[in-house]
Amino acid sequence: MLLIRCPYCEEERPELEFRNAGEAHIARSANIAAESDDDFEKFFFIRANPKGVIYERWRHIHGCARFFNAVRDTVTDKFVMTYKAGEPKPEKLPGASK
Amino acid sequence: MNAAFRIPGAGRLSQAKTASFSFDDKSYTGIEGDTLASALLANGVHLVGRSFKYHRPRGFLSAGAEEPNALVQIVRDDARKTPNVRATVQELYDGLTANSQNRWPSLAFDVGAVNDIASPLFSAGFYYKTFMWPKSAWKNLYEPKIRAAAGLGVSPDKPDPDHYAARYAHCEVLVLGGGAAGIAAALAAAETGARVILADEQAEFGGSLRFESGAKIDGENGYSWAQAAVAKLKAMDNVRVLSRTTAFGYYAQNFVGLVERVSDHLKSPGRELARERLWQVRARRVVIATGAIERHMVFANNDRPGVMLASAARTYLNHFGVAVGRNVGVYTANDSAYAAAIDLKKAGVNVAAIVDLRDNPSGPVIDEARALGIEINFGRAVVSAGGKLRVSSMTVQPKNGGGERTIPVDAILMSAGWTPSVHLFSQSRGKVAFNDETKRFVPGTYAQDCVSVGACNGTDGLSATVDEAYAAGAKAAKDAGAKTGKGIKPKVDASESWSRGMLGAAPGAGPGTTVKAFVDFQNDVTAKDIRQAVHEGMRSIEHVKRFTTNGMATDQGKTSNMHGLAIAAEELGKPIPQVGLTTFRAPYTPVTFGSIVGHARGALFDPTRRTATHGWAASHGAVFEDVGQWKRAWYFPKAGEDMHAAVDRECVTVRKTAGLFDASTLGKIEVVGPDAAKFMELLYTNPWEKLEPGRCRYGIMLREDGFIYDDGVVGRLAPDRFHVTTTTGGAPRVMHHMEDYLQTEFPHLNVWLTSITEQWAVIAVQGPKSRDIIAPLVEGIDMSDEALPHMSVREGRICGVPTRLFRMSFTGERGFEVNVPADYGEAVWEALWAEGQKHGAAAYGTETMHVLRAEKGYIIVGQDTDGTVTPNDAGLDWAVGKKKTDFVGIRGLARPDLVAKGRKQLVGLKTKDPKVVLEEGAQIVADPKQAIPMKMIGHVTSSYWSENCGRSIALALVAGGRDRMGETLYVPMPNGTIEVEVTGMVFVDEKGERLNG
Ligand SMILES: [Zn+2]
Repeated sequence: MLLIRCPYCEEERPELEFRNAGEAHIARSANIAAESDDDFEKFFFIRANPKGVIYERWRHIHGCARFFNAVRDTVTDKFVMTYKAGEPKPEKLPGASK
Repeated sequence: MNAAFRIPGAGRLSQAKTASFSFDDKSYTGIEGDTLASALLANGVHLVGRSFKYHRPRGFLSAGAEEPNALVQIVRDDARKTPNVRATVQELYDGLTANSQNRWPSLAFDVGAVNDIASPLFSAGFYYKTFMWPKSAWKNLYEPKIRAAAGLGVSPDKPDPDHYAARYAHCEVLVLGGGAAGIAAALAAAETGARVILADEQAEFGGSLRFESGAKIDGENGYSWAQAAVAKLKAMDNVRVLSRTTAFGYYAQNFVGLVERVSDHLKSPGRELARERLWQVRARRVVIATGAIERHMVFANNDRPGVMLASAARTYLNHFGVAVGRNVGVYTANDSAYAAAIDLKKAGVNVAAIVDLRDNPSGPVIDEARALGIEINFGRAVVSAGGKLRVSSMTVQPKNGGGERTIPVDAILMSAGWTPSVHLFSQSRGKVAFNDETKRFVPGTYAQDCVSVGACNGTDGLSATVDEAYAAGAKAAKDAGAKTGKGIKPKVDASESWSRGMLGAAPGAGPGTTVKAFVDFQNDVTAKDIRQAVHEGMRSIEHVKRFTTNGMATDQGKTSNMHGLAIAAEELGKPIPQVGLTTFRAPYTPVTFGSIVGHARGALFDPTRRTATHGWAASHGAVFEDVGQWKRAWYFPKAGEDMHAAVDRECVTVRKTAGLFDASTLGKIEVVGPDAAKFMELLYTNPWEKLEPGRCRYGIMLREDGFIYDDGVVGRLAPDRFHVTTTTGGAPRVMHHMEDYLQTEFPHLNVWLTSITEQWAVIAVQGPKSRDIIAPLVEGIDMSDEALPHMSVREGRICGVPTRLFRMSFTGERGFEVNVPADYGEAVWEALWAEGQKHGAAAYGTETMHVLRAEKGYIIVGQDTDGTVTPNDAGLDWAVGKKKTDFVGIRGLARPDLVAKGRKQLVGLKTKDPKVVLEEGAQIVADPKQAIPMKMIGHVTSSYWSENCGRSIALALVAGGRDRMGETLYVPMPNGTIEVEVTGMVFVDEKGERLNG
């Protein structure tokens, strides 16, 4: 069971308290109705699914209930860092493997 | 009375404490502290099982957890018949009953042994080659036969009556393994004050000190030192010492699973004792001190009962006081087997000869053996073991060929060297590295905060082990934040040294031979099988493993992996590290389902949710159905009624007078805040800004892809307050979906979301008399149609308690949903029931609710929709705000596929024969005469007998359904094809007049 640091609770808590919510930094267009089919496809259907560093959303659903973002290595399962929803994608990762 | 092979004065057990037991219905006497294995050996019993594939007679290979052969069934009573118990691990208790497995009719005469003679049929990969065709024969013929012939014990056929406990634990330092290394590490860590857990799989601590008679620490015999050290650790408040506890799995971030065998060693465990306890430990640092496992020699008939690991023979002698024979031979490629020969010789057992594959080894143990007068043969191999049910001789030959000599023996002690137990390290995702000099895999790159010490780290010698472990224990505690300890490192005064050994097949089982020289005993894999796998094209060790099943049995290849790898590498002409080591997976040793499941069984498997009226419904004869975790009243049969009759009566009563229904399980979410209406506009397809406070609207929620996600009636209580209802099953995910958008996409909106499902009990009162039933109990709400029209909501009081009174209908009748605080739910229900009785109202359950709503064509999300249905498909286009510029799903709805012609649409179906009720899920075709496979154009989503209509009714998703009104379609069923007519979805009161009726 993974330990995940909730950036709101500022505590490492067991995975059981969390729920994954898919890839992060995929913004919904403010004018979504006007999007082209291609753009909508990219927004809704296409995901990076990388081997290595992934930016994803998690929710501390059985804790503070907040959504936040996490950087995780899909090879090692290790969390590189977590940060609050709405914060930009971190430019530098502490101790990332690749 | 002493058993024949128990040596007076040898071992550590008190001979006075006897325990009687039975094996295959024969009675024996052992001693308290014995394992089943040592007790049987004390009685001269070596033959204990038949092998998996060839049904060859088997005895004990080891004295520990690595045992591949001696699997038995332990029988306590009818429900407690544990199969595949390693006799080398099972502790003896008075009255223990054990049976051998995989033999018929008896262990000594086993019909299945014909497999041994017919063994060419069963060579490597035989499952894949022999039983290929036809496919159906697998299920009906091959698999049952193979399973019956190749059994590993019989599973109990009654529910497990035992209970299993579970604990979470946290510590700074977790030490896995309680031999000299683990104890030294635990001492060092404990002295710092850090929280330490020390776990060992054996009943007693000491590890290899159990048999190493030459070890001396702090002036004491090694084993005694271990007991004293553990006693000291047990006395410390910061230390938890767990014996009989196996670390079976090493997971992410130093999360380690341990299983403690609490009562399997007890004669009559009380009901209060759990059988096993699962420990889930999170440790800052882990010290792995799991030791090493001795390997066997690979030679012909090396599986005969009586052929065993040298260290096992030593353990039986030095710990249990049991001689494994009276005239033993030794076959070795390293020094440690000499110590076994020496100990046995000193105990009065004749050692016929030591056969050493090495050419000219030297050292103190060799000198000592020679001084004791034991015959030693260098550069020679045991090419075959004689005997069948028990080894009777060993045939010795110079390793490069030459004259054979057969030496009579009743046991062969063998050692090909020691394999570091890197299982847990590997499970922690650490990478092992091959040491070319010592020919072994040792921990290389670490992936977690752990350290390996002692034999599992490839560290040789007790002195070096204790030094390394003590330093590692202290460092682990320090790294975990503890202070420096003030303890004194244990001093090793004397130790034994083991030099290397050999890997792979020994001469006599070399290339070109077809003898049965076993690599993997439990899966009956021979050296020949491994070579054959390579010849047939397997190149990676993972393929060789799967083709031969080497290392895939319940012992996970503890003794066989390295031999198998070396033989494959030799055959491939590649160095060992290039062929690679197979992955070690949890569990290290088999773990019972009981310990994993723990208390989560029966009533505790899943929470049960009951509504406020559950007790009332139960006492009024309700039959309940499970809806998710909820228990819902399904129908209320009167005396003599079956379900059909009860539902018919309930349905008719609601439309004739009235019915009461508990709708409390509907999800309820309060959406509150200055931007509540804006938020609702975004989350639902409908317009909300203009909905007046006090009015309700049926809302549809989509996913971004345009498909229906949930629905429900929403009441606006105030400009900034909505009372939202969801489907029963959808409540948590709708809440999650709403929170997701509020927190991450629309965080600028000032809105709070609160789940209020559990706070409000909901009593639906439906039918022409519904107002008459409710009105006398209500205060502060004008119940007239003008003041409280259909689809409105008011707050007031009922029976003196607060209510949110909805005028709404899921039946098509005049209807109300009375929301009251859940604690008052039952009382208000009773009051409404009493009023209802005056009008002849019935209580109704979920089945009637389903029928009544289907009569009106009201959909149930998740039944009539399946995640690929749009509002238009469901005939609900009117609920999509056409002037809206944004809501979740607006763009998805415009996708080409979602606006294309011919989509499946929800329609009604009437069977031509009104008495026939369609099956939900049945497929629909346009032409019943077409060839199979037919083109299916839709399926039935809801289907019921409607007593109100006097016929069956159904809803269905049909391609282009709304253009097919009046068409005849067909539903092919196993008993014939059913003709149906496509109709509208409303079967009762098409104009909706009864809403005010
Ligand atoms: Zn949190």
